[in-house]
Amino acid sequence: MNLDEYKKIVDNLTPKENKSKNALVAFFTGGAVGVFAEIIVTILLHCFGVSRSESYLWTCVIVIFLSCLSTSLGFFDNLVTKAKAGLIIPTTGFAHSVTSAALDYKRDGLITGIGANVFKLAGSVIIYGILSAFFFAILGVIFYG
Amino acid sequence: MASLKFNNVYIKDAFSIAGPLESEGQIHKYDITLDDYYYKEKTFLDAEIKMQRVVIENLLYRNKMNKKIDLLVGGELSNQLTITSFSAKNFEIPFLGMYSACATFAESLIIASNFIESNMIKNSIVITSSHNLNAERQFRFPIEYGAPRANTTTFTATGAVGTILSNEKSKIKLESATIGSVVDFDQYDATHMGAVMTPAAIQVLIKHLNDLARTTDYYDVILTGDLGSIGVDIFQECLKKYHNIKIKNHLDAGCEIFVPSQEIYSGASGPVTLPLVLFNKILKNKKYQKILIIATGSLHSKDTTNQKKTIPSIAHAVSLEVNP
Repeated sequence: MNLDEYKKIVDNLTPKENKSKNALVAFFTGGAVGVFAEIIVTILLHCFGVSRSESYLWTCVIVIFLSCLSTSLGFFDNLVTKAKAGLIIPTTGFAHSVTSAALDYKRDGLITGIGANVFKLAGSVIIYGILSAFFFAILGVIFYG
Repeated sequence: MASLKFNNVYIKDAFSIAGPLESEGQIHKYDITLDDYYYKEKTFLDAEIKMQRVVIENLLYRNKMNKKIDLLVGGELSNQLTITSFSAKNFEIPFLGMYSACATFAESLIIASNFIESNMIKNSIVITSSHNLNAERQFRFPIEYGAPRANTTTFTATGAVGTILSNEKSKIKLESATIGSVVDFDQYDATHMGAVMTPAAIQVLIKHLNDLARTTDYYDVILTGDLGSIGVDIFQECLKKYHNIKIKNHLDAGCEIFVPSQEIYSGASGPVTLPLVLFNKILKNKKYQKILIIATGSLHSKDTTNQKKTIPSIAHAVSLEVNP
């Protein structure tokens, strides 16, 4: 058996992921999250008299809370597995990764467990988020003053 | 090293515990089935330790062999073999911890058989287990994290299986074994373990057949460990292409535990998969008298896959004969 031939056999026999289907599912579930958030914004604006900019903040907090809660109740992971990028890319994915890591390490102690591992998955979002914000801010200053 | 022949090694008894999803699958004959992953313990780690302990206690009790076991051999997937060590501390039995990932059970059988064959000991218990959520946590993502999975992924089975090997004659004889070497076919994908482990399975099968001058037809069934449905295709294709063997009597334990409606991707994996199927399906079926098991293991850790290293694999073969 030689390596290249074996790789070819593996490639031929491995079913391909249906990328367009995944993209479509993500489009609709991600869109549904957007619609849901928009509904909350509208409710806040009209029923609670919150200003528009403040209502976005509240909506974000509510969406994060709901995904944390449903992760803790144990059914959000099944939704994410099915919806894939549709729920991972929005802020729901960030909240989900933080909560699931915290739950995983709750028995390992507050410092060595939860504290050390809560950003296990979300850590890269934070670090590269901050880094890219830094560079885009510089670009913003250069081009728009 | 050529394959090993054994003349006085017999399987006296076996005991299995299966997890909640496994017991809803194809096999319904497990000794104990669990309703939940905690097994009335506080953590999943404790649950797996308890599974192993209960298996050993039941084997000792059922066969009245308390204080008659000379050696406990076994292992599972956890780092530093903590689970097996923690369960072994409950028994005053000399203990050897084994690791070759999902091939651990076959490796343990071979080690124990050698002690018995050379008359150094009379009875030995071989134990292995795996717990889906312990494996998820160690090798993949946090348990409650819903990571999207590829179709090639296998699902670590939950359960524990122990067996008593003895020099006392019984229906099931452990007749020969072949120790495989570590192979590396330049595979990187830890979610496609069927492709990783197939070369090891083929290598040990061919060595076994050559050493003992047998063909695949000699066996009533050849049971591979946990190649999964895609791995099985690759295995059979490679055997046909490179060794001109059209295998008819092949079963893969990974494909025999769950049913498709359980959405378990390409099948079950984990060290417990093969013994669960062997003791609860194959050995309970009178059709199979000459049985070859090939346990396959993928020898990676989270660190090696993160550092983009290739994944080596290993397989060991053990031949069993059933006298009705």
